[in-house]
Amino acid sequence: MRAFRYARASDPADAATLVAGEPDAVYLGGGTNLVDLMKLGVLRPGLVVDVSRLPYDRIEHLPDGGVLIGGAARGGRVGRDDVLRRRYPALIRALLSGASAQIRGQATLAGNLLQRTRCPYFQNTTVPCNKRDPGSGCSAIPGAHRDLGVIGTSDHCVATHPSDLAVALAAYDAVVEVRRRDGTEVLVPIGDLYRLPGDTPWIETVLEPGDLITGVQLPPPPDGAVATYRKVRDRWSFAFATVSVAAVLTADEVRLALGGVAPKPWRLTATERLLAGTDPTDDEVRAATRAAFADARPLPDNAFKIELAVDLVAAVFRDLRPVGAGR
Amino acid sequence: MSAGSGLPRLEGRDKVTGAARYAYEYPIEDCLYVWPVGATVASGTVTEVDATAALADPEVVAVVDHTNAPRLRPAVTADELVLQSPTVAYRGQVVAAVVATTLEAAREGAEQLLVRYVEHPHKAVLDPDDPDLEQPETTNAGFPGTSVKGDVDAALAAADVAVDHIYTTPPEHNNPMETVAIIARWDGERLLVHDSNQGPWAAATGYGMLWGIPADQVDVVTEHVGGGFGSKVWPTAGAVVATVAARVTGRPCKLMLTRQQMYTMAPARTATRSRIRLGARRDGTLTAIDHDALQYSSVIHEFVEQTGSATRTMYASDNLRIRHRLARLNLPTPRVMRAPGKTPGMFALESAMDELAYALGMDPLALRLRNEPPTEPATGLPFGGRHLVDCLRAGADKFGWASRDPTPAVRRRGRWLFGTGLASAVYPVYQQGGTATARASPDGTFDVSVAAVDIGTGARTALWQAVADALGVPPSRVSVHIGRSAFGQSSLAGGSAGTASWGGAVRKACFELGRRLAEHGGAVPVDGLEVTADTAADQLPPDHARHSYGAHFCAVRVDADTGQVRVDRLLGVFAHGHALNARTTHSQLLGGMVMGLSIALCEQTIVDPRLGLFVNHDLAQYHIATNADIRGLEAHSLEHTDDDVTLVGGKGIGELGIVGSAAAVANAVFHATGVRVRDLPITVERVRAR
Repeated sequence: MRAFRYARASDPADAATLVAGEPDAVYLGGGTNLVDLMKLGVLRPGLVVDVSRLPYDRIEHLPDGGVLIGGAARGGRVGRDDVLRRRYPALIRALLSGASAQIRGQATLAGNLLQRTRCPYFQNTTVPCNKRDPGSGCSAIPGAHRDLGVIGTSDHCVATHPSDLAVALAAYDAVVEVRRRDGTEVLVPIGDLYRLPGDTPWIETVLEPGDLITGVQLPPPPDGAVATYRKVRDRWSFAFATVSVAAVLTADEVRLALGGVAPKPWRLTATERLLAGTDPTDDEVRAATRAAFADARPLPDNAFKIELAVDLVAAVFRDLRPVGAGR
Repeated sequence: MSAGSGLPRLEGRDKVTGAARYAYEYPIEDCLYVWPVGATVASGTVTEVDATAALADPEVVAVVDHTNAPRLRPAVTADELVLQSPTVAYRGQVVAAVVATTLEAAREGAEQLLVRYVEHPHKAVLDPDDPDLEQPETTNAGFPGTSVKGDVDAALAAADVAVDHIYTTPPEHNNPMETVAIIARWDGERLLVHDSNQGPWAAATGYGMLWGIPADQVDVVTEHVGGGFGSKVWPTAGAVVATVAARVTGRPCKLMLTRQQMYTMAPARTATRSRIRLGARRDGTLTAIDHDALQYSSVIHEFVEQTGSATRTMYASDNLRIRHRLARLNLPTPRVMRAPGKTPGMFALESAMDELAYALGMDPLALRLRNEPPTEPATGLPFGGRHLVDCLRAGADKFGWASRDPTPAVRRRGRWLFGTGLASAVYPVYQQGGTATARASPDGTFDVSVAAVDIGTGARTALWQAVADALGVPPSRVSVHIGRSAFGQSSLAGGSAGTASWGGAVRKACFELGRRLAEHGGAVPVDGLEVTADTAADQLPPDHARHSYGAHFCAVRVDADTGQVRVDRLLGVFAHGHALNARTTHSQLLGGMVMGLSIALCEQTIVDPRLGLFVNHDLAQYHIATNADIRGLEAHSLEHTDDDVTLVGGKGIGELGIVGSAAAVANAVFHATGVRVRDLPITVERVRAR
């Protein structure tokens, strides 16, 4: 691996100063993804700025019923927060379904949002990958793409975003707090944080160099909401989602986000509109979910994900709606 | 306390506290780090290794490639003949090595190396219509490539009921916790290695052959090993690189393969494709068994997985045909992984038996009982103990099989579909000759040395008990020394034969020592008394078919929403004769069952045929069953004695537990869902493909 410089930011302004003028600087949170990628030669930063000790590790319960989770908060602690467990069950289920207890204990919230795809070709420097090596070509499309995306992808990249937590955050309409290099703060709805690959798959978010995710605002969950997260994976622990769904339902609102299918947490906005305020049958849920995949670009070995997502959304509706509530 | 009791492992505390020293951890002065570099083309010729940038780092001491590596001689497979030619037979084959004073510099040097190639066409797909398939004379372990009894085609045509299906298993990789590791030093023409292997003597022999020196000029130290499963049976390409680097630099060199490097620089299991045809009379009597097995080897070495070998011995049939065909692919030479041949072959055969039971409308247990052979079907040899029926019956009792409704896909509670399945297990009895030395000291203590290795099986503890038992003294007065090739020719930990072979040698040495002590009136001379025994002449005659047996019973639940499979219960009953240590035996059986469950549900190495690439070469992507995948797990050992077995009175148990367990899972999935998955692993999309 490339020799690199390490610096620990003493305060947020210091972090911004350290990375200024350093085009190959990266921020270090828990390191559970970054350090792996550095060892593999996928990322070769010249400067690693440790921001894990900046004062962004709080979990703050706000008077309006919302919650602010700091960007440096470790997953293990977030998962143990009683209020979050009670009020945001889909978030906690998603969090606890990811990685292992050891990794969650180390990984930070901001790092979770910015972790890189687990596409095997991205992680292997001996093969072409447009995300890692722009213009070299996508090995996954003609290759092993079973675990990769079916929607929001492009001819240049079919990578998925691997986070479970981000899928639940999307369903809770979370807003990401970003500190710019000049010290100003901007708020980015999580749905706007990620960019689709198009013909620039190496650009993954709207963040600018030096931007630092300082926290995530969770609005209060809708009144009377029921919520859950279900994940299909190849084993019962320690595997990324084949397909997952986060659902937040009320009598007149439906929020659904999928993991494992797209380059970002994928809100099913069309489905939500079709189902909101209705008391849908199983078939109506399926039809509405299928409608969200009208623009899907499935590949031979991952086309199964669409019907799996349909079945999963239908199952979650059954799970969340009390018996007898449906028609 | 004697043999058979469940003494805890001698080294257990050292291992959990970190005190146990593994090969890579020996503090050797002035040691260099070696980073092997794998080919990035699937087939071709290296035209240039440009080391300019790598050597610009003062920490990089040397770059070795085929132009400057010393010559090696053929040993076990061509994969270990590293850096001998510019020809690339598969992606990941070692084409260079960077040697540096730090690990990081070696790794970065490898990144900086520019290796240029001329690429050649390659082939990496196991294809039954491949025009270049070979029909090998023999398979691994010396079975005939083709064996025929009776007229299978006529019997199939005349059968009342027949099944004909194809079962596939993917390549699977050995993933020991400790990857291949070595520290190599040369002292003149002597090679000294701290090495992670499955047999110090086999390692010494292998390194000796490669370097053209006698095995006794290679000193191998292997005190602790973090698993092997078959990946460390012979010196691996990765480990040999360190001996080359040490030769080139004249300094000690250490190397530990990354998990990713293990996928091409250490052996794996081939993919297999078994077409099984079974013919039967209405009463379930088998009239034909046909097993047509396809597997692959590399283009540089012929290794033929013995995929059909279990079919030779399982069920009676007047008409029996077993054929092996071999594709030659641009992939690393596959070699052994726990229960080679038996694991994929018995998935196929035991799945087919379940399908035949359904075709007959017969209980799968009854079908197996109906076809119990009087002698071994392929060879006609009498059995040296046959306990399959005992295992099946005992397992059925413990599991509650009798109340089973065979109808598939009818047991649903909430989102879960429930089902049960069974499968048989078999593993041959192997034993190898070897030497051991026993020494009595005047203070009443005994020291026994044998070039054994404990790869995590509990062998050290079992041998300790065997020695105490043979000498008739308390274990506290006995020290067992293993893990050094200097202790003499000996078996490796393979073929489930390690402990039986080493145990036979140490027992013989102890008995001989006892006789010599008796000659001295029981008194130990002041200089002590030492005896070396050799069991080369004490081996099992080839007059019987000797196997251990087992039966797996599995209960699964399948998520009707998604197709996810969860194994609620896996129960195995095994007949392996005398256990040297009940605790570690139980642990080995459980470990085999877990590994079988793991290959049933999640293990697979994905090949990208376009790139000739093992795609998912790490433990995040190559899924092995986790704790969460294991619920009820039971292994029971049947009490029985077979006198005609190994010198220690028992049969091997290292591999028995994995054989057949994947079929038990697949059969239970069918019972739960009505979906027959004939291709491992049983992923959601396969369960959902109704």
